Amino acid sequence: MSTNENDPFSILKDGDRGFERLTTQEEGDETEEVEETIEFELNGEDVTFDGDPEKPLLYVLRNDAELNGPKFGCGLAQCGSCDVIVDGETAISCVVTVDDVEGSEVTTTRGLGTRDDPHPVQEAFIDTQAAQCGYCIHGMVMEAVVLLEDNPDPSDDEIRDALADNLCRCGTHPEIMAAVRQAAEEMN
Amino acid sequence: MSDETRMSRRRFVQSSALAVAFSLGTSAKTTVATTQEELPGSLEDNPELDSWIVIRDERVTVYTGKVELGQGIKTSLVQISADELDVDVDRIDLITAETERTPDEGYTAGSQSMEDSGTAITYAAAEVRQILLEAAADELDAEADQLSVDDGTVTDGNGNETTYWEIATEEALAGEASADVEPKPADEKEIVGEAMSRIDVPGKVLGEPSYVQDLRDTADVRGGVTIRDLPEEEIDARDEHEAQELLHGRVVRPSGYEAELESVDDEAVLEMEGVREVVRDGNFLGVVAETEWQAIQAREELVDAAEWSVEETLPGRENLWEHLREDEVDETIAEDEGNAEDALEDAAETLEAEYRRPYQMHASIGPSCAVAEIVADDQERELNVWTHSQGVYPLREALIELFEDEQMDDVRCTHLEGSGCYGHNGADDVAGDAALLSDAVDGQPVRVQWMREDEHRWEPYGSAMIMEVQGGLDDDGTIVGWDYDVWSYPHSTRPPGQPLLGGRQRENGIELRENDPIPLPTGGGTRNSIPLYEFENTRVTHHFLPEPDVRVSALRALGGYANVFALESFVDELAAAADADPVEFRLDHLEDERGREVIETAADAADWGDRELDDDQGMGIGFAQYKNLSAYCAVVAEVTVDDDSGEVTVDRAVAADDSGEIVNPDGVRQQIWGGIIQSASWTLYEDVDFDEEGPLDDDWSDYPIMTFPDVPEVEVELVDRPGEPYLGTGETSQGPTAAAIANAVSDAVDARVRQLPITAERVEDAME
Ligand code: FES
Ligand code: FES
Repeated sequence: MSTNENDPFSILKDGDRGFERLTTQEEGDETEEVEETIEFELNGEDVTFDGDPEKPLLYVLRNDAELNGPKFGCGLAQCGSCDVIVDGETAISCVVTVDDVEGSEVTTTRGLGTRDDPHPVQEAFIDTQAAQCGYCIHGMVMEAVVLLEDNPDPSDDEIRDALADNLCRCGTHPEIMAAVRQAAEEMN
Repeated sequence: MSDETRMSRRRFVQSSALAVAFSLGTSAKTTVATTQEELPGSLEDNPELDSWIVIRDERVTVYTGKVELGQGIKTSLVQISADELDVDVDRIDLITAETERTPDEGYTAGSQSMEDSGTAITYAAAEVRQILLEAAADELDAEADQLSVDDGTVTDGNGNETTYWEIATEEALAGEASADVEPKPADEKEIVGEAMSRIDVPGKVLGEPSYVQDLRDTADVRGGVTIRDLPEEEIDARDEHEAQELLHGRVVRPSGYEAELESVDDEAVLEMEGVREVVRDGNFLGVVAETEWQAIQAREELVDAAEWSVEETLPGRENLWEHLREDEVDETIAEDEGNAEDALEDAAETLEAEYRRPYQMHASIGPSCAVAEIVADDQERELNVWTHSQGVYPLREALIELFEDEQMDDVRCTHLEGSGCYGHNGADDVAGDAALLSDAVDGQPVRVQWMREDEHRWEPYGSAMIMEVQGGLDDDGTIVGWDYDVWSYPHSTRPPGQPLLGGRQRENGIELRENDPIPLPTGGGTRNSIPLYEFENTRVTHHFLPEPDVRVSALRALGGYANVFALESFVDELAAAADADPVEFRLDHLEDERGREVIETAADAADWGDRELDDDQGMGIGFAQYKNLSAYCAVVAEVTVDDDSGEVTVDRAVAADDSGEIVNPDGVRQQIWGGIIQSASWTLYEDVDFDEEGPLDDDWSDYPIMTFPDVPEVEVELVDRPGEPYLGTGETSQGPTAAAIANAVSDAVDARVRQLPITAERVEDAME
């Protein structure tokens, strides 16, 4: 996807050339670091990663694949801002290694939908304005998608439970709850 | 915009930046009662119309010196400009704070953005519209007041028309604002006052690049301009300084505030894959590597390789409260009405209490981040910084100071969004870190993001505070005397008032400067310390502690959070002594009509007095007018207190808010909800732990915040005041929420907790 023409406010450039990068060798490999070739599916495309198999998935997604969705929040599996979906379950990408996803299907928001064709959960988040700073939102969307796959009609308590490990400091919780409820309705 | 006009704006903003250099020791701009000659809002300091609005190529570019912090300011400013100019919202391109292009509006803080920038843009747009209408009248041979405008097309009603784009000339719009053109009356506004979707939300939800964290190629955004905005020649010229690969940096900081770096055995680190440089400059230590993961791994090694000697300079949390009362103090009387001392002596009944607020964190979800590069040729060195700082101009001054001893011909700061900051967090310091690390690799662009523990330990916290209050009632249960003392460290140590962390830590580091209190009427430690109620005899004493030992600065609502907690808790204590209903009691002491209205509205909406509550539940109210001159807010909280553990859950919070004329009701609602939830978290859980050397909380397990299962149901009633000045909303609800929770706990278990946070243990103790 190119820069979004409709949004004159974004001065950042989108970075999808990352898939090419994923397949290139990481530089400076004269050390005895173990290098491996790891194949997995990322947002519907087959990709190959050559490099340190212990590298957390988060940095592979953000820096090699140049995806912006998953965020670094703590690196300690405490906040959920790096959440992604691996084979239908949410995974904490700051502690999951790239080796762990060999052969798996990895999904970030970018794989869910686009501006022209958003996923119903994304649409509901936009519709209910479920973001202040928005830094936590990628993780919230990931959790919501997985929750609704398992439980198409969750109660408020079930939504709260599903999102219990995802921190939001702005206090956007009410809008996020509303977004999940609305998405559930849309998807049913 | 021609190069000429661009130059004139640049000259203009730069000279005004020089004028404010180092005068920003305390929180920047405040709205004080305006005198006749002053222009409205930020027009006063930036009167050129074209520093706010430029019309070109059938588009309207609006410049603001304020930044998006997740509060929706971009959207509100687009609404205001479109409405006042009569153009569609899609025609507006909004440029937020950049030292190259936008007016200098100091910090985006204190809920002042609508008052400063919103007001300036409203008046500038009204004037631009008038200038264009007059030009159109000439062209169409009509009277200006007979014309109407629809999305920039001007018609005379007889089939003759022209457009803004045909008649707008640079000269016509280059003058200074007079503010003589009155903005539209409220009933003619069509966009202001209506909910509008936030323009930044879709990108954030879809995972498009939205944050400084997502910046990967500095050549794309140098000078704040996207490639597609540039004419072809410039794109070619740009190729000459081809984009350099973005490197990644991390910093290593000691375990305590005052530390000497004794030695670093960096050999192993330098051998690590991808490591470009280990940077040591006095006590500043960092590493630059090719990839982010390499930088993180190298940092971990470097942490082990560094030997520090750390001084014991803090009291430790156990001794905090005695320490606050014993520390060096500068005492002033903030308010002295009537004679509080005599009144208390003569009162039928007197009460006294002490309230406490510990150090609390901003605790942003995303650690602070910045990208810096130094572009140099034979003659010049220019530092470019992309930052989520709340003030690009003040940061620029701090960066100039950071490089005082090296040649740096220009410093440009461009704002890009970061994770919500809620005040002065690590944003500015990390920009200094990135600049120092870039300098160490010949100016190649370096992106630095703090690790979680950097943010938790090194961000400047909201100051600990003690509030001591004495109140007296007469025989009728009316408050006749009020004597209030507040102890507090500074509530702003923002740059350039104080140096950046990296600047302090470098060899021959920049010394800390003296801190001054933020003067009333807005105040820092004194913010909201003066009751809005009509007590005949009131004294308020500020014990300002100028030399903080724990790192402190502006946290959302500053001293207003703790002062309203104390003041409104104590009003409830007096109400109980007078055997009065807390809502009635407040109304009996309050004349301010807008204040009364939010109290009544919140009480009604919450079903005050009629609601069925269980035995372990309670209801309480808190109220304030933020800074005693901004938005009004009352909050009613409903809590459950667990019989066995004493644990408090906030079940529901119902607020009423009056923020003057509402531009975007969705935005106001979101700010109030968010403020209530954040305040509930501070109020129930948050308390920074520290020992004699430094803070001890490294992460979210040490410093928990409120999570989904504990978040209350929130509701807000908005009181709209069309035609009244905009009043910021971001900080109005925190103080009232804290008091409402404390009062509800007291209502539930008949025990008063006066120390924040209101933990299960403290509730148990109070019940005994
Ligand atoms: S960044 Fe992975 S859980 Fe916080
Ligand atoms: S929206 Fe800012 S952290 Fe959730």
